Amino acid sequence: MREASRDRLKAFLTLLPSIILIGIFVYGFIGNTIWISMTDWGGDGALALKPEMNFIGLDNYRDLFTGFLSSGFRQDLVNAVYYSVMLLAGAIGIGMFIAILLDQKPKGEDVLRTIFLYPMALSFIVSGTIWRWLLAPQGGVNVLPTYLGLPPLNFEWTSSTKAVLEFNWQNLLQIFLYIVAFVLILIGLWALKKRPCRAIKFWLGPGVVIGAFAWLGGSMLPEALFMEENHGFNLATLGIIIATIWQYSGYTMALYLAGFHGISQDLRDAAMLDGASSTSYYRHVAIPMLKPITISAVIILSHISLKMFDIIFAMTGPDNAQTGHPALTMYMTTFRANDFAKGAAIAIVLFMVAAMFIVPYVVSQYRQRTRG
Amino acid sequence: MSTTSTATASRITPGSILLYGILILLALFFLMPAYMAVVTALKPPAEIDLSTAWELPSKFHWSSFYDALTLLKSNIVSSIILTVCATTLSTILGSLNGYVFSKWKFKGSELVFTLFLFGMFIPYQVILIPLFQTLRAMNLYGGLPGLILAHVVYGLPITSLIFRNFYTQIPTALIESARLDGAGFFSIYTRIVFPLSIPGFVVTSLWQVTQVWNEFLWGICLTRHADNPITVGLAQLAGGQAVSWNLPMAGSIMAAAPVLLIYIFLGRYFIRGLLAGSVKE
Repeated sequence: MREASRDRLKAFLTLLPSIILIGIFVYGFIGNTIWISMTDWGGDGALALKPEMNFIGLDNYRDLFTGFLSSGFRQDLVNAVYYSVMLLAGAIGIGMFIAILLDQKPKGEDVLRTIFLYPMALSFIVSGTIWRWLLAPQGGVNVLPTYLGLPPLNFEWTSSTKAVLEFNWQNLLQIFLYIVAFVLILIGLWALKKRPCRAIKFWLGPGVVIGAFAWLGGSMLPEALFMEENHGFNLATLGIIIATIWQYSGYTMALYLAGFHGISQDLRDAAMLDGASSTSYYRHVAIPMLKPITISAVIILSHISLKMFDIIFAMTGPDNAQTGHPALTMYMTTFRANDFAKGAAIAIVLFMVAAMFIVPYVVSQYRQRTRG
Repeated sequence: MSTTSTATASRITPGSILLYGILILLALFFLMPAYMAVVTALKPPAEIDLSTAWELPSKFHWSSFYDALTLLKSNIVSSIILTVCATTLSTILGSLNGYVFSKWKFKGSELVFTLFLFGMFIPYQVILIPLFQTLRAMNLYGGLPGLILAHVVYGLPITSLIFRNFYTQIPTALIESARLDGAGFFSIYTRIVFPLSIPGFVVTSLWQVTQVWNEFLWGICLTRHADNPITVGLAQLAGGQAVSWNLPMAGSIMAAAPVLLIYIFLGRYFIRGLLAGSVKE
């Protein structure tokens, strides 16, 4: 028995260095960044080994969301939201579609799979560089129609200044409440089947109340800015979104393909015997069964879209305001403008958004593991 | 789509024509950037023109590769050192961690494992400033050792995860009987677990090599010019205002080549790493 307890100690000691490293480099650093974001670290002496830092509370955040000069950051944030949504829809939609096609076992499946997945092996800098050339104005993709005898496109892929789906930032609070209500209702509907009582009490009820309040009392809510400021979906980001979808739909394809192969042939035959067509087999049997895969794809892709930095850097350079993203602004603010406190605040905003997805996911994984 | 089994797929039906038609179109879309990169890299600079970008070069012009190699040589050397060191260290540590997490669970080990996993999903911007400060205070800022440290630490979550899932497949009975025979913590690892780990090491190393080789954010924030990895070198090569596109395209091909070769020749392990990276239990 003493032997066994000594082994347990050895096991723990083996893990200890990693625990310490992760503790400092992940949790300690996150805490440190939160602290930095509440100081005024920046300016001339910023790079001194012991820089002067004063606690200023939440001023950096207030400035980012409502300050007069930070409208660029707000546009970046809006870009990031549209970017995430379109990347998720595109990569999951196309990936699933290709996986269903390959699941029909066409000839040359191996070769096709290799072709669809190879972008995943590339660095974002590499794919960004190549796509920048492909999306050059008056070149690349734009001249493709001429080979079919059509006039060339003249879309400005990465430099357009047009925006669609605009909204007024003054209504920030109202929009925020709508989003909260929407998320709560979504979670509620999802949990309805498992624990109806809890779902209504904790998710659906509050969601409906908040949503109704934002709708009815919207005009009474304080406005975020003293003047109108419109933000929308920049068409210049479209090229970057296409390049990222190109890079990641092979990944979702691989996930779904592995999932489809994991479904037993018996189940499939049974569905077919019951008169299900291919379409209804995928719609009602296969895709619902792969819900865990869809959830991990959503988590991983949202994480990727939030830290998206390299591909934008490579495609439009760091100075293009139209295609900005908080991940890129964070780098520029911190390492080019030496405004460390503001950079830390941007990083924490990104982290908070990411945590909304990750924390529930990681917690549910933990529950599954400890139960099983 | 009526083609559901292999028997009907080989017959020509409207469904299978549609299936192959869509697949071929999609394949062309996915290959388009690769074609463009190769064609542009092989053209002499004078022949590169937006309107003829899709056309093949009149004759192959290999010197762009030579020029790009000269410009990126020191970056490639840095990246090789970085990738080899970071991958080796993080897979060894990950293997030991995975061994503990799967076979020597203690009270709270699942919680520790979950806290590890969380580190995999944070946007790295959130740790960038303290990382920069810490490396500076440790006198590691600017060179490769600091970058290696960062890659080892932030690689731990994924390598521990892959090895943990891999070692769960080793029957616990095997470990138990070895313990009855008097084997301790380390001798079980060196005599039983480690020899069975080769596929696990292949999968984890391929994943880490890909990640480290392709990484950019830390490369640009934590290294000085002399030690910039290949991604930073390529970004600088392509970032100038009046670029002649043959150089960045040749550079892209060279930066992509090592990982692409791994993918083509060891695709099965590459995909296993990819799937393991998505926290499949």
